[in-house]
Amino acid sequence: MKFKITRDALVPIASVLVALAIGAILIAAQGHSPMQAYHVLIVKGFQSTSGLQATLSKAGILIISGLAITFGLRAGLFNIGAQGQVLSGALAFTYIGYRLHGIPMWIHIPIALIFGAACGALVGGFAGFLKATRGVHEVISTIMLNSIMAAIVDYLTQNQFRLQGQPNTRTPDILHSARLPHIFGYPTGFIIAVLLAIVINWVFKRTTIGFELDTVGRNRSASWYAGISVKKSIVLGMLVSGAIAGFTGGMFSSETTGYFVPAFYSGIGFDGITIALLGRANPIALIPGAIFIGGMRSAQSAIQFEAGVSPDIINLLLALVLFFATAPFLAKLIKSNAKTLTTTSGWGS
Amino acid sequence: MLKRFNIKPWQLILGVVLLGVWIYCYIANTDITNSVVASGMRFGMPLALAAMVGIMCERSGVINIGIEGTMLLSGFTGFYIASWSKNIVAGLMIAILTGILTSFVHAMMTIQWKMDQIIAGTIINILASGLTSFLYKQGSTIPNSWPIFDIPILGQIPFIGHAFFTQQGPIQYLGLILIPAIWVMMYKTRWGLRTRAVGENPGSADTAGVSVIKVRMINVMFGGAIGGFVGGFICLELVGSFSKEFTAGSGFTALALMIFGRWNPMGAFAAAILFGLAQALSTQLQIFGVTNIPNQFITMLPYVFTIVVLAVSAGKVRPPAAAGKSYEKEQA
Repeated sequence: MKFKITRDALVPIASVLVALAIGAILIAAQGHSPMQAYHVLIVKGFQSTSGLQATLSKAGILIISGLAITFGLRAGLFNIGAQGQVLSGALAFTYIGYRLHGIPMWIHIPIALIFGAACGALVGGFAGFLKATRGVHEVISTIMLNSIMAAIVDYLTQNQFRLQGQPNTRTPDILHSARLPHIFGYPTGFIIAVLLAIVINWVFKRTTIGFELDTVGRNRSASWYAGISVKKSIVLGMLVSGAIAGFTGGMFSSETTGYFVPAFYSGIGFDGITIALLGRANPIALIPGAIFIGGMRSAQSAIQFEAGVSPDIINLLLALVLFFATAPFLAKLIKSNAKTLTTTSGWGS
Repeated sequence: MLKRFNIKPWQLILGVVLLGVWIYCYIANTDITNSVVASGMRFGMPLALAAMVGIMCERSGVINIGIEGTMLLSGFTGFYIASWSKNIVAGLMIAILTGILTSFVHAMMTIQWKMDQIIAGTIINILASGLTSFLYKQGSTIPNSWPIFDIPILGQIPFIGHAFFTQQGPIQYLGLILIPAIWVMMYKTRWGLRTRAVGENPGSADTAGVSVIKVRMINVMFGGAIGGFVGGFICLELVGSFSKEFTAGSGFTALALMIFGRWNPMGAFAAAILFGLAQALSTQLQIFGVTNIPNQFITMLPYVFTIVVLAVSAGKVRPPAAAGKSYEKEQA
């Protein structure tokens, strides 16, 4: 899966430009200045030092979230409900993060991250298990699990895990020993995310298990004939995808939020879908898209305060970018011959 | 009879048990039972209609997970047009039109450009959510919801009449006609035969002179019209307002009900009513406060129910053979 820089990279860039143009028309139609809005977006997202730091921090989270979806896509699974796994991983991380006292950072952070990933894996793996044994399509089961996890997490935050004597429902603060440090003000999470992308790329390129998953993703019946256990691959694919999503939630808690409130995490799993699709299910190629979306997200509140435009414009812009980047007509115009992406195709198990 | 309608014995047993429970409750407390059944109908009908969108598309071989987005967009346009023009009928018409346009985009992506159908549906959902949340404006109202009325003669039928044919709005009643009509169209007309042929074996259908592309385009857009109808139904009649993300996963629940109902309109209808009843019952439990169950667990119930229903039924049912695959005409 080579990502040709020349023409194939033009498609996402053209998509961004077309999306921004349509966005400008809509912003103008609401009586605001699109120039001012985009100015805020560029300054807050990419130009200022503090903006760049926030962007990279957000991008790190989104890279991992995108990797979670990508891992599933490569195995022919569409983990559309990564959000639920992110939430469970985040709460699990937070719990370990404030509960375990007096251990050094280099033990505390890994333990908490692993625990978060395990909880995400549990949720994702359950969907994989349902698909492998009962033929329940993961698109429906993970969406349902999203709502179920949202309810469970809400319940736990309001009861067992609640910080008492506070007007708003939240968990206690994560201890300092479980907070990821920054290096010269730049987030460590981004580096971890890039490393993880390289590892996952290596898994799919150089390992047997990665090759098996990839083969199952491309052609299920052919892999069955070749002697690959399709059921095992499905469970494994969802398990790892869920684990990465849980890891995302843990890292976000550690690096950014510092305590758990469900609303902090909204959209992370869904942005992961956009990023994975923009990167065409390639672990390395999704990084530029994640940085771009990270910038948009970190400038989201500024766009409301400084330009008066509804922050939902970011959702709309991202949706338009995704639409133009995946629907083939822009690609045809530019004469790129990037292959279109396929997921599982069909309800069959 | 069982063979004729393709009903499995366990479904019959389930039906008899439910009927027994209903009769028991009816005798024990008629008023509450009637109101629970009626609110079950209100919960179930939009899901049943949304499941029809899935059936229309998938019977012709196109998976549509963009039902959610179709409902969201059409509810949005329907509500704001009704609010602006002070005319609910105009709102409903615009909602249907929006549904058709949305599904036209979906049809172009999946049928003409042969994109992955699941990704295409996801894009529709993300686009709809982005558009409606950005353009959303608070404080709009529609002039007046349609009157709730009783159907004269049917409403008088003892036992079932009161639960099904009273105290509902016109779209609710229209749904009761529309769903059997879709069943008849699907199984008793030439169009239905062609649709099923294209969904099962597009190659043979093509050889027999049926245009696969045309049948699929028409079906997806007809499905979109129903999707728009449901969006309008929810925003203009059931709820009477538009709120961000009002669909809240119901498009996916509808797909689960479609699978549970084995891609059969009447089956999906029965599944949706069952689902609606479960939801009505849990609401009733909350109202009475008879349980100490935290309300998060009660709101969770429909989703748990959906997963259980699928885990029980999904492996045993067979989807239309060509669903999810775009059609490539073989080159001679």
